[in-house]
Amino acid sequence: MANVLVFAESHDGHVKPVTLEILGKLAGQTADVALIGDISADEVAKLAKNGAQNVHKLKGANLDKYSPEGYANALAEFIKSKNYDYVFGGATSMGKDLLPRLATKFDAGLASDVVNFTFDGGAFAGTRPLFAGKCLAKVELTGPKPHFVSIRPNALGMTASPTAGSGTATDVNANAGDIRATIKEIIKAASTKVDLTEANIIVTGGRAMKNAENFKILNELADVIGATVGASRAAVDSGFAPHAMQVGQTGKTVAPSLYIACGVSGAIQHLAGMRTSKVIVAINSDPDAPIFTKADYGIVGDLFQIVPVLTEEFKKLLGK
Amino acid sequence: MNIFVCVKQVPDTETKITPTSDGSFIETASIKWIMNPYDEFAVEQALLVKQANPAANVTVVRVGSTKDTEALRTAMAMGADDAILVEAPDNLDSYSIAKALKGAIGKSGKTPDLILTGKQAIDDDALQVPQILAEMLKLPSVSVIVGFELQGNTAKVKREVEGGALEVYELATPCVLAANKGLNTPRYASLPGIMKAKKKPLTQLSLADVGVSDADRRVKYSGFKLPPEKPPGKKFDATDAAKQREVVAQVVGLLRTEAKVI
Repeated sequence: MANVLVFAESHDGHVKPVTLEILGKLAGQTADVALIGDISADEVAKLAKNGAQNVHKLKGANLDKYSPEGYANALAEFIKSKNYDYVFGGATSMGKDLLPRLATKFDAGLASDVVNFTFDGGAFAGTRPLFAGKCLAKVELTGPKPHFVSIRPNALGMTASPTAGSGTATDVNANAGDIRATIKEIIKAASTKVDLTEANIIVTGGRAMKNAENFKILNELADVIGATVGASRAAVDSGFAPHAMQVGQTGKTVAPSLYIACGVSGAIQHLAGMRTSKVIVAINSDPDAPIFTKADYGIVGDLFQIVPVLTEEFKKLLGK
Repeated sequence: MNIFVCVKQVPDTETKITPTSDGSFIETASIKWIMNPYDEFAVEQALLVKQANPAANVTVVRVGSTKDTEALRTAMAMGADDAILVEAPDNLDSYSIAKALKGAIGKSGKTPDLILTGKQAIDDDALQVPQILAEMLKLPSVSVIVGFELQGNTAKVKREVEGGALEVYELATPCVLAANKGLNTPRYASLPGIMKAKKKPLTQLSLADVGVSDADRRVKYSGFKLPPEKPPGKKFDATDAAKQREVVAQVVGLLRTEAKVI
């Protein structure tokens, strides 16, 4: 049995859902949680329900906002005071930035963006996509411990009936140390929607959207079904959408429950970035578009006619 | 001013990936290699800094196989001054690559003022090397940058996070910055640039030269395989406007009753 620490990214007192996915999957190991700052008793209870034994809340000066050095210093000091075999975290924007630096403080390895894993006799073995999902490989860690693992959000899913832990919350005095790269300002995104990498439903527009204004019909559809809007590389390169919305090999790799591709032809680099979506719907006027090879439900037709009807039908279904 | 740009050579995005029969890696024989797309933004940013500081020297460093040196020659054709190639297998892990980059930078005899990289390489998609390198060199770093200004020794950079929000950082050089798409528009190599690049110095080192051995491997990969193919889906013809509503209603119904995702 492995002794595992899960780093829980928290914002405004809430932990990221990927934390619960990780905890649920760690059933059978001993799992503690560490987070920076504070969370409510309800949030601690959520962690406990999913298997957290101890919940360590690291508090100290200069930790009120994220900095790669401050967070890495504080967590490294805490981890050194314990005896963990593994440290897990979400492969979120913060996790991707923080965990490699933190692991290197231990000269340790990090298996990043893992989508599934097992423990055999206390040893971790994971699966991760490479080449943007064009292939999969087994990943194992070697060298100094603790070993580090980051987990792609939405990949494991929530465990239906997790084994609860005691969820004992304690405050820990933490030291941010020397911070040279600090956030001076945060510029909020125009959209308040959940990020593509964490979205449960995604509606994507391709080159056939013709211009940025036409994305309006995708936004209307997305609003009805609670989706985040994405774009293909062709649409981004044509200036219809910003790069933050790009799905594919040089954009974001996504795995929502439902992916609706509108006017996306399905270039290999796009398919790589979305093929692990649970259910794929494709709308395209070209019956031979490669996107149809990956679609569970393909609709051949003009997206400008189909999408508004789709929006109406979803409205009816959802009683909106 | 010494600027280092770390680049990787990766299969072109249109490449169909085939695992080797023993699953130890992928077939590399017929691959078209390109400079990692995110690294192009790092090279371009280094050249923009050099334009504003003509005395600056831009060195591109790559750790990888010597099958061809496309990425380094491209960077020098774009305007980088010199290059270092550390000869290594293409399936090295992030820790070993970062350690090799650190060793190569050390061997150059130049003290870095700025180290630029792409935010990730589109082969192993690990997103680790810039941060590991920064920690190994005890330098501050910011990853996924889409904005960059340099005034004296202070870099003001914008880091893109979830949903397209931006964190604005200020930090002193030397530092490690990892570029995202959107940072700039990489230039094309000009024909004179390509001719000149052939004469620019390319230093070749071995992993042993930069102090890296098998003992530095931290992440082991095996069992490379293609992802499972989905069974064929259902396709509906809605080219006839009169049938559209019926087809769409049917698909929406199936999403609820069959796929159970809405």
